[in-house]
Amino acid sequence: MNNHYATSKGLHLNYSIILNMIEENSRVLDLGCGNGELLKLLKDRKKVTGNGIEIDQKGVIQCLEKGLSVIQGDIDDGLKQFPDKSYDYVILNQTLQSTYNPDFVLEEMLRVGKKCVVSFPNFAYWRIRCELFFKGHMPKSKILPFEWYNTPNIHLLTIKDFFEFSKEHNIKILEGIYTTKANIRKGIQYNIFSNFFAEEVIFVISK
Amino acid sequence: MTVTELKDNVGFVKTEFYTIEEKIKFESGVEFGPVTVAYETYGKLNENADNAILVIHALTGDAHAAGYHSEDDKKPGWWDTLIGPEKGFDTNKYFVICSNILGGCSGTTGPSSINPETGKPYGIDFPVFTIEDTVKVQKKLLDYLGVKRLYSVAGGSMGGMQAMQFAISYPEIVNSAILIATTSRLSPQAIAFNAVGRNAIISDPCWNNGDYYDKPQKPDRGLSSARMIGHITYLCEEAMYNKFGRKLQDKDQYDFNFDIDFQVESYLQHQGQIFVDRFDANSYLYITKAVDYFDLADKYGSLTNAFKNSNAKYLIISFDSDWLFPSRQSKEIVNALMNLGKDVSYCEIESPCGHDAFLLEYDVQSKIIKSFLNDHIKEDTDE
Repeated sequence: MNNHYATSKGLHLNYSIILNMIEENSRVLDLGCGNGELLKLLKDRKKVTGNGIEIDQKGVIQCLEKGLSVIQGDIDDGLKQFPDKSYDYVILNQTLQSTYNPDFVLEEMLRVGKKCVVSFPNFAYWRIRCELFFKGHMPKSKILPFEWYNTPNIHLLTIKDFFEFSKEHNIKILEGIYTTKANIRKGIQYNIFSNFFAEEVIFVISK
Repeated sequence: MTVTELKDNVGFVKTEFYTIEEKIKFESGVEFGPVTVAYETYGKLNENADNAILVIHALTGDAHAAGYHSEDDKKPGWWDTLIGPEKGFDTNKYFVICSNILGGCSGTTGPSSINPETGKPYGIDFPVFTIEDTVKVQKKLLDYLGVKRLYSVAGGSMGGMQAMQFAISYPEIVNSAILIATTSRLSPQAIAFNAVGRNAIISDPCWNNGDYYDKPQKPDRGLSSARMIGHITYLCEEAMYNKFGRKLQDKDQYDFNFDIDFQVESYLQHQGQIFVDRFDANSYLYITKAVDYFDLADKYGSLTNAFKNSNAKYLIISFDSDWLFPSRQSKEIVNALMNLGKDVSYCEIESPCGHDAFLLEYDVQSKIIKSFLNDHIKEDTDE
């Protein structure tokens, strides 16, 4: 699902941030794990156990080739096969915005994971605002390279949206990392500047 | 065949036989024996006796899974595309074993075998057996071959049921299981097709209550009808369109009689006819019954409970066009295993071939199986 992201520049930064967030030897479920790159890194460097879920057959085979355990499935169907709190971390990396039911997916991951890692492109990023404001068309960027008619990113959101959503749904934000091309900012409180300057955000959340 | 044709397979092989002299207690309570098992092996068992892979055939298969018996063979073994040097089941690394199922008719004791007590074929005096009974026999074969641990147990369709049952019955010796196009229990629709097949055999007057082995006429019509029905379930609508369409067989127009007009008719009839030469009608009755009875959730209380003690790593493969054992049924197994926190991978392969895909889609399967098996070599050495 997040294959489109694999070629973007933010990839390594994004992966290394997530690598830092995950404790060693934890049990991890990677939702929409794509070709398994992140999960493989976590397995090699953080000795995690666990598996991925991926909808696309090609991705599933690539995961298997990397020696990962992977289930072909659609995360929009929920995670009913997983007992409550059966994973230390459930990861949803750059996939939230392309799920059909983001609220349901988030609720399900919070049920199954003790902690969850969620990352998404910030649609309130200033360049994106400018594209819409000045050029008047649907913004495109390296992270969001698609046209309006073929984008899998059907539920784009902003950092502010996520904070509001978390408040409404009693979700605890344990960690927040806001990235731009140049730097990283941390914070667990809503910050108007982050919402303006961060291109991407990674949250650790729990319930 | 030429030497080059033989290079990428296991070459010439021979079916061997082992007789289990002591009686085996069947699930029904009946004690039965002796049982002779027909089997073939490919590759070499290593010193630790832990590189063995038990490969299990489907409903009408046999022990001849790979290679050729003689130069006159038109076809290699039934899973030759997956078993051989550097193939999915790499015979350079693994010791691959395949045996004919209990109750079969390709070398293992079944209803057509001679009952030593009467000197005549068992016929329907053969006890009804279950999938669990068939894996008991396989376990005894492994003991005889000196196999201490199974690196993997793998099978498609009914073979997958046996692989599952093996992993459940002998959790202490199974490292991994590969379950392909299979189910933990048949749908009523699948049972219905088996029932019609059995009915075709039983209503053939030549079946004669199972006692036909010394008669000039065998229940060939019934058995071939059963096979035709079976074949419909192994294909799918798309496969039939691709294969036959509405094309006519050796003619340009309808004959306006009840002879064969369509290619699909001709194909099914041909499949039925060649089947009776290699299969026994009573075996068909017994084996389909064992398949119908197979129901892990019922037997162990729940599917989750069935897999509770298994420590194997699982690979489950289904095919999107398989309507006999649809992906939904594979996902039930996956979900039960995930629920238990077991190590499981699942792939639904896109294929236009229906249930038969497990015998045909060897490219993708090869890749997947190879990766899966390779992976736990690494893990084992890590430990």
